[in-house]
Amino acid sequence: MSQSNETWGSRVGLILAMAGNAVGLGNFLRFPVQAVQNGGGAFIIPYLICFLLMGIPLLFIEWSSGRFGGRFGNHSTPYILDSMVKGRVLKYIGVFGIFTNIAVVSYYAYIESWTMSYVYHSVIGTFNGMSQSEVAGFFASYTDISQTTTGIPYEAIVFYIVCLAINTFILSKGLGGVEKVAKIGMPLLILFGIVLAVRGLTLGSSGASDAFPLANAIDGINFLWTPQLDSIWSPKVWLAAAGQIFFTLSVGMGTVHCYAAYVKEKDDIALNSLSAGFMNEFVEVVLGSAIVIPIAAGYLGLDWVLNNAGFGMAFQTMPFLFQQWGPTLALFAGVMWFGLLFFAGITSSLAMGTPWMGFMADEFGWSKNKGAWSFGLIALILGLPTVFFFKEGVFDDYDYWAGTVSLVAFAFFEVILFSWVFGINKGWDELTRGADIKIPVVFKFIMKYVTPLLLGWVFISSLPDIYNNITHKDTYNREAFATSYYAEKIGGTTDEATVKEVTENQVVLSFTNTKVSFVKAENKKIETPFEDQIVYEFEEGQIPSVMVGQKIHAGDEIAIGEFTNKVFYKNIGRLMLLSLFGFICILVYMAFNKRTKEGRATA
Amino acid sequence: MILAQGLVIGAALYFFYKVLTTPPKEEPDSYSENDEEPR
Repeated sequence: MSQSNETWGSRVGLILAMAGNAVGLGNFLRFPVQAVQNGGGAFIIPYLICFLLMGIPLLFIEWSSGRFGGRFGNHSTPYILDSMVKGRVLKYIGVFGIFTNIAVVSYYAYIESWTMSYVYHSVIGTFNGMSQSEVAGFFASYTDISQTTTGIPYEAIVFYIVCLAINTFILSKGLGGVEKVAKIGMPLLILFGIVLAVRGLTLGSSGASDAFPLANAIDGINFLWTPQLDSIWSPKVWLAAAGQIFFTLSVGMGTVHCYAAYVKEKDDIALNSLSAGFMNEFVEVVLGSAIVIPIAAGYLGLDWVLNNAGFGMAFQTMPFLFQQWGPTLALFAGVMWFGLLFFAGITSSLAMGTPWMGFMADEFGWSKNKGAWSFGLIALILGLPTVFFFKEGVFDDYDYWAGTVSLVAFAFFEVILFSWVFGINKGWDELTRGADIKIPVVFKFIMKYVTPLLLGWVFISSLPDIYNNITHKDTYNREAFATSYYAEKIGGTTDEATVKEVTENQVVLSFTNTKVSFVKAENKKIETPFEDQIVYEFEEGQIPSVMVGQKIHAGDEIAIGEFTNKVFYKNIGRLMLLSLFGFICILVYMAFNKRTKEGRATA
Repeated sequence: MILAQGLVIGAALYFFYKVLTTPPKEEPDSYSENDEEPR
């Protein structure tokens, strides 16, 4: 990827590729859900403040670092950081900028493959006539690799491998391939998004039914547009807003550095970064908020949305909602919705391939082909556990370590390195060199003081959660292999449940949960209690050890026998992630030795 | 939210318009499509 003669074809191509890198599935699925869960319209206030104080500064820092490193022939973060700050250790911090991408793409390509598969199923009319629970059930059987929905054995794996192969093939064409996909994918994504958003905004109460007589899309829009100001002072809301800015801009990953490393010294990065950043915000704030929530509220009502909003809605609910428009429109809506998600996904996953390819080309002279196919192979090996053990939580665990912790850690280190070690004055000179727009000087102050503090707060706030995850404190079944099975956290308003039913292979617990509903007149959410249940399924050799009527608390034993807990599968995943990190560290060390021999080493 | 959406749409259009209307820099620049001769 980093042959010295490689360049971007055009400035618009670069901006679309950068925006495509940032625009991902989260713009359409994560943002609206975060807004619903964190104060509706009020969420946008901390969100935009975090965009100004953390998002834009991080974009400036990553574009500047990337272009600076590119001048010395470095196109991935280990040696980009090394060219900025001399020191033996710092290049190993840059390992995050390759590791995160390979680890994230390994499971991200799996979601991308679902979108491909769902386009196919929309076209052949699989969802025609399905009820909402059948559509949700379809997703469950799709991700259960032992089942097939098309007759293709191991369908989920086949789609996953095809998806990775498409990514790899495009990457093997170098920057030109990436740029071409961005130039086709981004305009199509925006077009599909506008069509679906117009439908969402004009749906009104036409989707109300006997089951959901009060359903109205306007309620969904109003909820997102009306601030519940009491939540604005909650640190949880600010943390959610900061987290969302992080994920949406793809900062802390190393991809922005890599793309920017192909920009020449005299060419602009200030206006480019703002243009790409705001294009992502347009897709997220304008289009992202106008599709899932209004359409779901239009058919299922706002209260359903408040209780069920989540990432899974894209696959478990939307196909059912599209069916309400009749088979022909459902086909087009399905193709547009999953096509939009596919383009959002592929423009991001392609970006994730470039740091590895850049590193291997810079340090070991690998060709684009070799770089791309090796990337695909490593991602496949690393990703297969997320496919095979999806239901065992490996997918979520990868997302937590690679897609959350790693990003925050790297961004925190890089902002300190840029503003304090490399020096804000040198950094500012780099940012403004060749700039086509004048950046307010106040950003110099923000980048030096505010952004590190904000990031430090996000990082420190995540530490207890990181500790709990490392020690498996998030579950009561902490051993890989055990002879007892314990009840997990009950949820709802109480930590007590009652055994409702016991069969040979099932224990049903009932407990008091809360349902959220929105009172329009008072513009606030109220919670009402209702009787909910948890079902534990057991296999042969596992015997329930509780009786009907028994009171159960989290951590109480409910079955005995031979158990292989989720922790076992998560540990396999974690071992693979650690091995990948170690492997890249070794490569960086080998590159350092090679540079020393060739007289190119900097420290 | 409407105000936020208006701001975002305005800023996105403004920056992209500025990108489109800023004349290219002298050669050699970062973009192969601006090259005088095919590479």
